[in-house]
Amino acid sequence: MIEESFTTAEGDLVINVGPQHPATHGVLHLVITLNGETIKKVEPHLGYIHRSIEKMSESLTYRQFIYVTSRMDYLSAHINNHACALCVEKGLQIEVPGRAQSIRIIMDELTRIASHELWWGAMSMDLGAFTPFFHAFREREVINEIMEETCGARLTMNYMVPGGVMADIHPNFQRRVKDFITLYKKKIHEYDELITGNIIFQNRMKNVGYLSSEDAIAYGVTGPAGRGSGVSCDVRKHSPYEIYDKLEFDEVLETAGDSFARYLVRIREMNQSVRIIEQLIDNIPDGDFQAKTKAVLKLPKGEFYQRVETARGELGVYIVSEGGTTPYRIKYRSPGFSNLSALDHMARGSKLGDLVAMMGTLDLVIPDIDR
Amino acid sequence: MSIGKYIKDVFSGLWSLVVGLKRTLYYFTHHKEIITEQYPETKPVLPERFKGEVVMPHDEKNEHRCTGCTACELACPNGTIKVITKFDITPEGKKKKAIDKLVYRLELCTMCNLCIEACPSDAIKMAQTFEHSVYDRSQLNKVLNNPGSKIMDGVE
Amino acid sequence: MWSFSHIADLLHEWLSKTFNPTFTLIIEMVLAGVAVIGLFAALGLVLVIMERKVSAWIQIRLGPNRVGPKGMFQSLADTLKLLVKEGMTPDGADKFLFNLAPFIAMIVAMLLMAPIAFANNFQFWDMNIGVLYISAISSISVISILMAGWASNNKYSLMGAMRSGAQIVSYELSAGLSVLSVVVLTGSLSLNDIIHSQENGWWIFKGHLPIWISFITFIIAVTAETNRAPFDLAEAESELTAGFHTEYSGMKFALFFLAEYVNVFIVCAIGATLFLGGWMPFHIGHLQAFNHVMDYIPSSVWFFGKTFFLIFVIMWFRWTFPRLRIDQLLNLEWKYLLPISMINLLLVTLMAIMGWHF
Repeated sequence: MIEESFTTAEGDLVINVGPQHPATHGVLHLVITLNGETIKKVEPHLGYIHRSIEKMSESLTYRQFIYVTSRMDYLSAHINNHACALCVEKGLQIEVPGRAQSIRIIMDELTRIASHELWWGAMSMDLGAFTPFFHAFREREVINEIMEETCGARLTMNYMVPGGVMADIHPNFQRRVKDFITLYKKKIHEYDELITGNIIFQNRMKNVGYLSSEDAIAYGVTGPAGRGSGVSCDVRKHSPYEIYDKLEFDEVLETAGDSFARYLVRIREMNQSVRIIEQLIDNIPDGDFQAKTKAVLKLPKGEFYQRVETARGELGVYIVSEGGTTPYRIKYRSPGFSNLSALDHMARGSKLGDLVAMMGTLDLVIPDIDR
Repeated sequence: MSIGKYIKDVFSGLWSLVVGLKRTLYYFTHHKEIITEQYPETKPVLPERFKGEVVMPHDEKNEHRCTGCTACELACPNGTIKVITKFDITPEGKKKKAIDKLVYRLELCTMCNLCIEACPSDAIKMAQTFEHSVYDRSQLNKVLNNPGSKIMDGVE
Repeated sequence: MWSFSHIADLLHEWLSKTFNPTFTLIIEMVLAGVAVIGLFAALGLVLVIMERKVSAWIQIRLGPNRVGPKGMFQSLADTLKLLVKEGMTPDGADKFLFNLAPFIAMIVAMLLMAPIAFANNFQFWDMNIGVLYISAISSISVISILMAGWASNNKYSLMGAMRSGAQIVSYELSAGLSVLSVVVLTGSLSLNDIIHSQENGWWIFKGHLPIWISFITFIIAVTAETNRAPFDLAEAESELTAGFHTEYSGMKFALFFLAEYVNVFIVCAIGATLFLGGWMPFHIGHLQAFNHVMDYIPSSVWFFGKTFFLIFVIMWFRWTFPRLRIDQLLNLEWKYLLPISMINLLLVTLMAIMGWHF
């Protein structure tokens, strides 16, 4: 129930943050019970951007339903599409060519960097520093241009198709990715100068929004938020898909469990993504970019599940097939929904200003929560 | 808290602020780092793969390559494309299926590229236009084939 | 040479020749009022465009560049827009207080203009307790914010106002203490005396380390007092949408906006007067030749140059730092700034007694 009165019976202030509020980055609605500046309860209300993507997918064919998932977590659209493509391939038992696998991983990691860049800027803006937002967009724009050149779009690419990728990489692709890595390495220290090392920022983030590893597991918090609490939950390591098992990269873990730990995990994860891209960019194998598939895809009767690591955590795609051209039921396990569930636990007892920092480090994308 | 640590805290805190100030001063004084594009004056150069809208290329004889097979209509997830077919009489006197109109509704299109992938005769392609705003949404319902156009010879 | 004081003297001469003394006084007061309002409007326009340009360049953007040459008339266009906008009063608001609050903010800012010396011999009111007057009047500004926050009947506004109240009351202390250190060195509360005491060098150069400490404390404290980032908790837009002025629109909002910028100008002018010598040109001890060259630059140029430099510093802070949390904000004041400025005041007093300053 949304409180209509000014205060509760105990004399606490109830405020509605959202659905239209600068802190929520979308139409999330938080009903917050406040005692002075101290938070007593946070109650998320969802449903403002529910587009019934799962239901829609039931009437679309296995080629068509992938594009809708770009609209879930729009900042890691590639990785969402990747999860769906992988799940369909699992059902059809298609062998994806090596070239397609490498391209997919490079795209995934570029998306991850772009997503973390945007998170970095948006989170700094939540904390009141505006400049990092624009500086982060400078680097993100380079990735967007690379995407635009190869996939034809900047945000919702629909580049992954069952069996591989939709088109071969653009001739400029490798050069531009290398240019981006050079630029990234030149600029990443500025992030530390502007924000990471800043005493105000550190005080805002340290010992704020503590989430123990037990609680993280209990709430199902995954991704950088879970790894900030010391939960080893990187799907790329634990159940590797594509060729992640052949690549060298570290699972970034922090044990502090506060907002600053989650922040550091994301910053260090960007470096790991660059490391993965560096291993692959010169070694894209020759061959087809797409496996030969039938014009009409029909999954055999059965249930198929595939999980991937998006920029926000673990995304699961669960397809129930009755053997037809469209899925019988699709369920997405989106990372944002589980991560948001921990917000109330984290926020109790902290200040209103900290709530913004916590939401920032959970990296909530609202369409991903609502679907 | 010892006095020494207190003073050290104050100075290290101040120094971290100075580091940030130095970075912003660098950008304040170095205007060549500015990345703003003056949009209406300098139009962006879009790559040839950019998905702006679906078009049907016609050659100089006003001929296109569409056979009216409705593969694009079936591939489209949103019902963006509607193929309206008619029957032409060939010179030999046989009936032949051809398109009357290929209706494309831009307002429904998500630029997913599936129709272009599905087309067996490369009749449609993506154009690099992006300034789609119009004053009336009926203007977004487009007919892709030119009036009076017919199918190219040799395209089956 | 033409200067502000010269023009003022000519005007006074002509008025007293033409009218009787009472009329002269009335006309002069009206003229002074008009001048203050004109300065007010001009400052608002200049500072807004300056802030937008500074923020744009720091953020690797171009900033306003469409209206007028290089976007110079952008803030004029914005003002016109705000003027013709409907000024709404929300239902359930305390209408009288709601409409009064922006005017109090304005009046406070205007009153603070009185003792500031804009140029040599050019001052609205040369009073012997200028520093005391400034610290007394500037603490009224919190009332307008509390009034706006309470009268809006909005939870965000109320929280913003309460934050602002705690903040301004706390930071008045260290601002006052750091101002006192200059007063101790000068031995006078009159701004004119303080400026003249810097004839052989500004206090920031004459006062050794303690004055530097009070200068830095002053800058931090006044940034907090004017509710500017990183201390803009009263209007923390990511937490409280717009804080105390959430419900204001149109010209009433513009008045708050204007008052904020004019307050920034005033505190920077006071900082420039106390620590950087006000309109006093850059003098080194008794190097007559050098000092003479410096005197050729008009005193108003010196005053506005120093003030705008300090304004730039405050804007530079705003576009670099993240915001503090309310408890950290009070910690910073009560655990760091206040003890430091108290010890510093003792040091300055010792220095003044022993005559260690130049």
